[in-house]
Amino acid sequence: MASLGELERSVMDQLWSTAEAATANELRDRLAQSVVQSKDLAVTTVLTVLSRLEKKGLVERERGTRPHRYRAISTREDHTARLMHEALGTAPDREAVLARFIGSVSEAEAATLRKLLARG
Amino acid sequence: MLVASYLLALLAILLAWPVPVALSRAHWTSRSPFAAMVLWQSIALAGGLSMIGAMLVYGLQPLGDNLLQAIASAASLVVENRSSEHLQFWHLFALCAAALLGTHLVFTLGLTYARITGQRRRHRELLEVLSLPSGAIERTLVINHPAPVAYCLPGGSRSVTVLSDGLVEALSPGELAAVVEHERAHLTQRHHLLLWAFEAWRQALPWLPTSRLSREAVSSLVEMLADDVARRTAPDDVLVRAIALVAVGSAASGPGAAEPTLGSPRAPETPRTPGTPDEGEASLAARLSRLLTPQPQLTPAQMTAVLAASGLMLAVPTALLLAPGIVT
Repeated sequence: MASLGELERSVMDQLWSTAEAATANELRDRLAQSVVQSKDLAVTTVLTVLSRLEKKGLVERERGTRPHRYRAISTREDHTARLMHEALGTAPDREAVLARFIGSVSEAEAATLRKLLARG
Repeated sequence: MLVASYLLALLAILLAWPVPVALSRAHWTSRSPFAAMVLWQSIALAGGLSMIGAMLVYGLQPLGDNLLQAIASAASLVVENRSSEHLQFWHLFALCAAALLGTHLVFTLGLTYARITGQRRRHRELLEVLSLPSGAIERTLVINHPAPVAYCLPGGSRSVTVLSDGLVEALSPGELAAVVEHERAHLTQRHHLLLWAFEAWRQALPWLPTSRLSREAVSSLVEMLADDVARRTAPDDVLVRAIALVAVGSAASGPGAAEPTLGSPRAPETPRTPGTPDEGEASLAARLSRLLTPQPQLTPAQMTAVLAASGLMLAVPTALLLAPGIVT
């Protein structure tokens, strides 16, 4: 059985691969076809994963229909860009949240470093 | 007690302004970041202690010959709801200020902690979905992004190092190992706790030179400490190359430049204002220069002197608080 984190990733991969909304049942079937470890996946597990993803702000539920249909909120690239922006952000308390290998670099510094790299 | 309160106030002023200014200009700090880190911690602790202590001792001085006795009689005044003809307006004012400052510091520490851990949790939640575990390096996640990015996200047993595709492509295996070693050092040496405490200190008293200078110094020193750990396994020139490649790459794909390659114009980006003087810049130059032209470490005697100074800095305000009335 795959871990919850891996399942979240697989479910998002499915939702991102098609732009359309899908029910938990449809997602279960698609996962069973594509992901080896999820042959005997229960629909309730998929629903658990979906509600976790909803809390994280990655999927939204279409309220009107029964059963509920879920769709991805914005693309994987958007989320990655936002996450990286957060990681590279220059807010003063950023460094306390996560430790970056390199902080922000000025253009002048980058030019000096390019020379250094070309030399060595 | 009155003399002690004046001495504490003098010490508080020294530790709030001239001492941190002098230390932030000192050059030896890059030769022994550990000693410098210890010194900054005692400056902050002793500074806070003497600030609060000066007001406390001044306010309590009419009530007794030493601090413990004065606190005891102050407590009995409060408990028995008596008034005291000894306590004048300025004494009460100092006591209130001491209580306010103490509470303010503790609250800011707690609030900063809550905000930092909340942001980390949210970041980790998204990472779970957006990144893949690196096959080759344990406790490391790889995220699909062209800019060369490496950072670590502290969180006890769930601490992880995050690398971007762009970084893995741009660096040789040796350089990559140096970067990972550097990030691991941040986690094993618990640098996030230092950064948290000094960030809270800065946010609590942003107008004080010491809190801003110490915050800048600490974030630069933790990088040097992590570099020193990476140097144990990687040659200096490999680490320098890794730093240079990542710095050049992140400047090239920095504000504005990263967006077109990503094809995500909808991301709510607030571009950084280019050219703003940033503490990261000074720190990067200092980091590179100590790797390029290595300076000898502090001698054992110098090291002892720095550590003794740190100890003394804490001992003096403690003695001033407790000694009057007991010694004599």
